[in-house]
Amino acid sequence: MWGTSISLFLLFSPLQVIASEQAQQPFDFGEMSAPNYSLPPLPYAYDALEPYISAQIMELHHGKHHQTYITNLNAALKTQTEAVHTSDITTQVSLQQGIRFNAGGHINHSLFWQNLSPASSPDAKTSAAPKLVQQIKATWGDEDKFREAFKASLLGIQGSGWGWLIRVQVGQESRLAIVTTKDQDPVVGKGEVPIFGVDMWEHAYYLQYLNGKAAYVENIWNVINWKTAEERFVGTQADAFKILKASM
Amino acid sequence: MSSTLLRTSAVRSGLRVSAPKAARAGLAGTTFIRGKATLPDLAYDYGALEPAISGQIMELHHSKHHQTYVTSFNTFSEQIAEAAATSNIQQQIALQPLINFHGGGHVNHSLFWENLAPKSQGGGEPPKGELAGKINDAYGSLEKFQGEFNKALAGIQGSGWAWLVQDNVTKDVVIKTYANQDPVIGQFRPILGIDAWEHAYYLQYQNRKAEYFKAIWDVINWKAAEKRLA
Repeated sequence: MWGTSISLFLLFSPLQVIASEQAQQPFDFGEMSAPNYSLPPLPYAYDALEPYISAQIMELHHGKHHQTYITNLNAALKTQTEAVHTSDITTQVSLQQGIRFNAGGHINHSLFWQNLSPASSPDAKTSAAPKLVQQIKATWGDEDKFREAFKASLLGIQGSGWGWLIRVQVGQESRLAIVTTKDQDPVVGKGEVPIFGVDMWEHAYYLQYLNGKAAYVENIWNVINWKTAEERFVGTQADAFKILKASM
Repeated sequence: MSSTLLRTSAVRSGLRVSAPKAARAGLAGTTFIRGKATLPDLAYDYGALEPAISGQIMELHHSKHHQTYVTSFNTFSEQIAEAAATSNIQQQIALQPLINFHGGGHVNHSLFWENLAPKSQGGGEPPKGELAGKINDAYGSLEKFQGEFNKALAGIQGSGWAWLVQDNVTKDVVIKTYANQDPVIGQFRPILGIDAWEHAYYLQYQNRKAEYFKAIWDVINWKAAEKRLA
């Protein structure tokens, strides 16, 4: 294969000219541009989750908090691209924690908005997720026991973080698990598919629930989007994350 | 199993009855008798730190959040004492993160209330003497120190605290951040702390936390900080 290419290369002089022109600028990689993420629009109005999550919380959470993660992520990725371009490895390493935090914030919130739904929608009923509910019952016994376990995990978070129902694929076996993550650590492990997440940062509930986070955890069940949950449950990790591609 | 539970609950009720009398040594349950943590009173009114920190924030922060740390710390302290008495090592280990979190929350907030003061009681008046000297040596000026401290606060990813701490060995002062309710212990002693949890500012400042970090210096009690210096 290589032999064929080389011989062709030698036969046609126009190619040789092009090749030598390129060789004169060995370090020009062309336009170096970092990916630029933008805020994905909410699939519903800011007040659509009331009375369970107030419009004021939603507007600040989406318009300010999520936007700030994206702004900081884009800035860090731009600096990282420059650092890769100039082979500045110390800068690349120093940027990693900031990228993890801000990219995690962007990933988590993008998934979160989609896995919420106005309570009046049929999507907010567990009947929208027949396969997932069957698996939940097989895992925890019944829906109530699952909700109790999920609630206990959420309330056990010490500081800022998230609770997730995830599907874990291990070879042919697929199982459900409740996991909590600290700060903005995203669920991106091998074989892990996020099904739905609940934001346990204080900014997610404080203006409405104050120190009463147990009430927030109770009420959020009214606005879980089970249709999205079912789609993520039967889909792949890449399917769950397709919202991120759409926000580039 | 049931006999263990019975014994435990008997010990527990014994503890509740005798807890205030910490000097009752010689009883079978001596090792459980200890003073309970209690919510310290504020040295100023809830509204006294306005406009830097609203009265509503102070009331919730002190009477609800701090109280919850106190209550939970007492609960888990009892449980760890019981686990120790029954030589249940696994349970003692399992309880340690809860002791760290709730005990840390109690310690941090107790120090925090003390290192705040209304302007009328000296809040915001710059440090003097040895502490002022150490800050100037380390950071050049109080303004530069505050700039660095606010940068540290803004850089906390999630819930946590920023502290001016003193190294117990070198006696130097340095700014450190701590995650969640991790307390300042070990090599360092706490001199001055600022709470960067969202519940400390959100009702008033929402996502504009930089404004809270700027405003809080108006109610910092530097006299309390000076007294903590070794």
